[in-house]
Amino acid sequence: MAIRRLFVANRGEIAVRVVRAAQALGIETVQAYSEADADMLAVRLADKAVCVGPPQAAKSYLNGAALIAAAKDAGCDAVHPGYGFLSENAAFANAVEEAGLIFVGPSGKTIARMGDKAAAREAAKEAGVPVVPGSDGLVADEEAAVEAARTVGYPVMVKAAAGGGGRGIRIAADEDELRRIAPQARAEAQAAFGDGSLYLERVVSQPRHIEVQILGDGRDAIHCFERECSLQRRRQKVWEEAPAACLDPAMREKICTSAADLARSVAYRGAGTVEFLFDEAAGEFFFIEMNTRIQVEHPVTEMVTGIDLVAEMLKIAGGEKLSFSQDDVTLSGHAIEVRINAEDPAMQFMPSPGVVEKLVLPTSDAVRFDTMLYEGYAIPPFYDSLLGKLIVHAPTRDAAIDAMAAALETLTIVGPKTTIALHKALARDDSVRAGAFHTQFLEPWLEAAPLAAE
Amino acid sequence: MAEIRSPIPGTFYRRPSPDAAPYKEVGDSVAVDDVIGLVEVMKSFIEVKADAAGTLKAFKVENEEPIMAGAVIAELDD
Repeated sequence: MAIRRLFVANRGEIAVRVVRAAQALGIETVQAYSEADADMLAVRLADKAVCVGPPQAAKSYLNGAALIAAAKDAGCDAVHPGYGFLSENAAFANAVEEAGLIFVGPSGKTIARMGDKAAAREAAKEAGVPVVPGSDGLVADEEAAVEAARTVGYPVMVKAAAGGGGRGIRIAADEDELRRIAPQARAEAQAAFGDGSLYLERVVSQPRHIEVQILGDGRDAIHCFERECSLQRRRQKVWEEAPAACLDPAMREKICTSAADLARSVAYRGAGTVEFLFDEAAGEFFFIEMNTRIQVEHPVTEMVTGIDLVAEMLKIAGGEKLSFSQDDVTLSGHAIEVRINAEDPAMQFMPSPGVVEKLVLPTSDAVRFDTMLYEGYAIPPFYDSLLGKLIVHAPTRDAAIDAMAAALETLTIVGPKTTIALHKALARDDSVRAGAFHTQFLEPWLEAAPLAAE
Repeated sequence: MAEIRSPIPGTFYRRPSPDAAPYKEVGDSVAVDDVIGLVEVMKSFIEVKADAAGTLKAFKVENEEPIMAGAVIAELDD
């Protein structure tokens, strides 16, 4: 059954993206909004809009019952959750289906399974996807720890089984150090948690964050190549690109194939992302988690593959099979996305909501700006600070960086402070240009050279 | 009488976390730089501090209520 009328249960730039994709497919759209969001762009673009509650997300965009009731009242037959909010909430996915509506995404069962770290790790192992090496369960004593570490490989992280929040973790570089810290770790775990059980995990130092975009129709699954998202601040990605500069074709094939294998083995339905740590020095990759939703950085994949991922999600949710095979997915050129946030880089990235007094966008076929901004729009303070995503596409990585620098020169947002200055600095940085970075690169880089706001 | 105003727009909270006690109750004495609440703005939490000393007379904003920048959060008696 193809979707006829879609309820968009999200806000901001992703709501705009979903509304436009649905309209292009001839699907009617009903946009949810909170009392603080009556003026948002997706409300203006959608065929219809429904207020679902007060400004606080907990009372509007996170209120599953209110969203489902509004979708039913508006005569919708499907719900798109976007990203964040309820997009990876298994109970919401189930409730949408129990209400007789289509949830645009995987089943609640798949969301629950891949959302549980241990279960996801097991699923990856079963599909033959490498996971971060660790001891098989708990280690009984110091000798067992040393024995396990020989297989796991140094450096190892000794973790208290009962620990949490980073407590009860110690790192050993070699066997001598492990023999020294294991008894201490055990005593500490016993004292802190009343349980001295330990397990080991390999430390991947200076890893790169590689994630593979997959699409599945519940029967078959394919990959749409990878993205590299190693430039992060407080675990928030700020600069994303495709393909990853650090992968050679053979490694790319291995990582991407293993992600598609995992998606196929769990009968995945919809768009999803399999995240890996990549140890560049060792040439090894390890599964860390799977995101069962569309991601913020999906446009870089769209630029290099020509696939409209949101349209594919809607078609699959409507019951269609994948309309192309793995061989049809090809890589073309290089794409980079930067996240433009309403934050002041000169003031510890303090949020900066406010009215957009002036907006000048770069216009070129090689540039895309996914946003919810328009001149006169008052950015509300209640939600995240993402204003838009600037994406460029060029034949090579060097040309893409040049195109990004040029696009950032044109992009002008007067009113709120933004992170444009951060991206300009990244685009002219030699290490970024050389592709020499990892997940722990950006924060020390920011401390070494403070930025001004723009 | 002194007023404590919100430095930024957002959502006002009287407690550091949902299961913690409020920073201040009506009738409590307040010193300069005492924290009286938090304002959540774009998923960041900013402390609201008193810039005058006194006794907390009244809150003008409810817990978890949206507020504008410059809005009066609390009044102090000298």
